[in-house]
Amino acid sequence: MKEWGYSILKGRQIDFENNDFSISRFVELHEPSFSWCIGCGSCTATCSAAKFTDFNPRKVNLLIQRGEIKGIEDEIAKCMLCGKCQLVCPRGINTRNVVQNIKRAISKSYAL
Amino acid sequence: MSENKQHIIIIGGGPAGLEAASKLGSAGYRVTLFEKEEQTGGKLRTWYKLYPGFRLAEEVQDFLANEIKINVPEIFSNAEVVNIIPDNKYHTVVLADGRSFIADAVLIATGFELFKGEKKEEYGYRIYDNVITSADLEKKLRLGQPLTTANGQTPARIGLIHCVGSRDKKVGNVYCSRLCCITGVKQAIEIKHHLPKAEVFNFYMDMRMFGQNFEELYIEAQQKWGITFIRGRVSEVAENIDGSLQLKAEDTLSGRPIKMNFDLVVLLVGMVPADRTEAIGKSANLGFTSGSFLASADAQIKPNETNTPGIFVTGTCKEPLSVGETLSDARSAAVRIISWLREKREIN
Repeated sequence: MKEWGYSILKGRQIDFENNDFSISRFVELHEPSFSWCIGCGSCTATCSAAKFTDFNPRKVNLLIQRGEIKGIEDEIAKCMLCGKCQLVCPRGINTRNVVQNIKRAISKSYAL
Repeated sequence: MSENKQHIIIIGGGPAGLEAASKLGSAGYRVTLFEKEEQTGGKLRTWYKLYPGFRLAEEVQDFLANEIKINVPEIFSNAEVVNIIPDNKYHTVVLADGRSFIADAVLIATGFELFKGEKKEEYGYRIYDNVITSADLEKKLRLGQPLTTANGQTPARIGLIHCVGSRDKKVGNVYCSRLCCITGVKQAIEIKHHLPKAEVFNFYMDMRMFGQNFEELYIEAQQKWGITFIRGRVSEVAENIDGSLQLKAEDTLSGRPIKMNFDLVVLLVGMVPADRTEAIGKSANLGFTSGSFLASADAQIKPNETNTPGIFVTGTCKEPLSVGETLSDARSAAVRIISWLREKREIN
């Protein structure tokens, strides 16, 4: 098969029924403001990491809520916890605590 | 005085027609109101609670009924108006049974119908048993029926689809019905009132929270009730073997297609003009909006006048309006009719 040179692409569709909501539930429990996001993008607009990398705090938040957590550990490591996003968030989301709780959920010692 | 009282005919006995009738009646005018149904009250009779404060629609019905008792206008029920014959001095209003009536001024308050959900075939209304409309949900709530799936189960996950029949050239309606957004927020919360354990998702294109306390209710829906809002227009609803529904959309904020299962789907249907509005409007040489609502003479300074002197419009035959906005508009129409009739009397 290796020589054949073809493979089946994994779908890009968010498969809600089979996704992993363990991080989402953990973060929502410890920082309920996690789910108040209206997707305005202020956080990403002001984010220092987003200026130089493909880090997107709005999207990270959303994908976790949709149970899409592949590669989340590398993504969240790009955050420098500067807290500028928290200053601009119009819904008053405690973004730094959201990030901290995402990290807690990921690390085996704290996860659920 | 009663002999030379000026006469106003109001077409339609919903909130707009009733409110204008009582205001014009209390100002001493002779008012005749034609209602096509057996009872007055219009769509208010089919709704359970009103946003944003969850007051019973019945309370507003009672308010209107009391006003009418005090300022008794002449009300004809089962009286369907077919056309208006406009003239310089008096306008003639013709009923379906052939009777005709003459008035100094005519106020059209024929209201709206809800967009027929089955026209948006891809959502499966009247095809799949567990797809209902916002009006069906109101009816269930008003009658105190339990919120169940078609086979009597308690739904664990309920989806509400915004903009059904609105902002959609494919169904011929490019306008926004305005009120479905807040109705979606209100109904999502009402579902949580009845089924606290249910997961509720709203699929929207924009959340148009324009009214007093609307945005606050949207925040409450997220923060207090845990309702999830997904931005994306639903492309299709399909039935699974067990009768549950699979819904497909783009989660536009993540830029990815999404599929989810639901036990019950509610279509937030938009507003279209009532059936007879077009014929009545044409007979009186009135203009129409892109959505075939009756056009005002001027959006800012003549909201209740038309391009035919002596013919006035109010309420949801003009544009989608909430109950509160409709009542305000009816009062505005009454004030303008009173001043117009005074001018007319002075000229004659």
